[in-house]
Amino acid sequence: MFKLFEPNKIFKITSRATKYVLFLFIVVLSVGLLEALVLSPEDYKQSDAVRIMYVHVPAAWISLGIFSSITFFSICGFIFKNKNFFLISKSLAPSGFVFNIIALVTGSIWGKPTWGTWWAWDARITSMLILVLFYAMYIIVWRIYDKEEKVYRISTFITILGIINVPIIKYSVDWWNTLHQPASINILSKSSIHSSMLYPLLIMTAAFTLFSLLIFLMKYNTELIKIKNKGLDRL
Amino acid sequence: MYGRKVKLRFWFIVLILITLILTTFLILKSLEENVIYFQSPTEIKSIAEIDKNKIRVGGMVKKNSIYINSKEVNFIITDFKNEINVIYSGAVPNLFAEGKGVVVEGFLKDRNFFSATKILAKHDENYMPPEVKEALGEK
Repeated sequence: MFKLFEPNKIFKITSRATKYVLFLFIVVLSVGLLEALVLSPEDYKQSDAVRIMYVHVPAAWISLGIFSSITFFSICGFIFKNKNFFLISKSLAPSGFVFNIIALVTGSIWGKPTWGTWWAWDARITSMLILVLFYAMYIIVWRIYDKEEKVYRISTFITILGIINVPIIKYSVDWWNTLHQPASINILSKSSIHSSMLYPLLIMTAAFTLFSLLIFLMKYNTELIKIKNKGLDRL
Repeated sequence: MYGRKVKLRFWFIVLILITLILTTFLILKSLEENVIYFQSPTEIKSIAEIDKNKIRVGGMVKKNSIYINSKEVNFIITDFKNEINVIYSGAVPNLFAEGKGVVVEGFLKDRNFFSATKILAKHDENYMPPEVKEALGEK
């Protein structure tokens, strides 16, 4: 099992993929920024402040998505005792962490002109702050301990604790009264966001996803090279 | 297909997850009052005694209820079942308007009267260009 996953085999693909992903990212980001900053209309109520959303919402989605992926791969690594899964998790973490901070900062910048406050201790914002702390803990664990076995166990435990927070973030706006508005985009029912604003949002999400993929590939390649340098063919 | 250890580790993770979910659920359930950011006028009407501490009340600004004079702003917050009068002096956020969401922070004088120290505009989940809003308004 997981034969396909052996480092020397994937390294051939991942080392070449980087430049294509970079190219694609630049193209999609250019289109996305043009759409979001120039072509898309102002909002009837927030006017130009709506443009912050095109960064804020994708960043928040991706930070949630990456944390879920980290948890999934860590649990797989723990169950199957496969080192590669842990390396994937480790390489995913930095971009998730950065996007989480971007989501909080842009939210704050949007909150001042719209709500009239930089920060509110409501359920959505506080649970996002907790997610940043989990990201930070996860990243720090990899630096504190030298023994690999120990890192694997503790980091998996942190992701399991943190994953409980993810559905709380998602549903906080429905379960409790929050200052943060409920979700505008629903997969099952009609979205309450006009299509002229939805498309730039989706393009920006694609751009940010490509960026995370790019950072992931660079990090992951570094990990694979480290293994090669140790003179090990197998994990 | 998988070894006994693999299965054990799988069920171990499942157990940890169930335990954590239940614990979190119980904690959040018991803390519900503190997790909510604001109370609705209906909840204010039903409280047993008036809290001297700072609280937040949220709802819609009632249509045609804003009165502004040189010193203060008066308006009514409604959740379409109950209403509460608010008095406030100071600057209001740009998005503060009749028929829109609002959260006020301050002190409750009695069950119908609230003295706000801060006003926050609550934005809803609708995003659209002005032309679309006009077209919707005409209907």
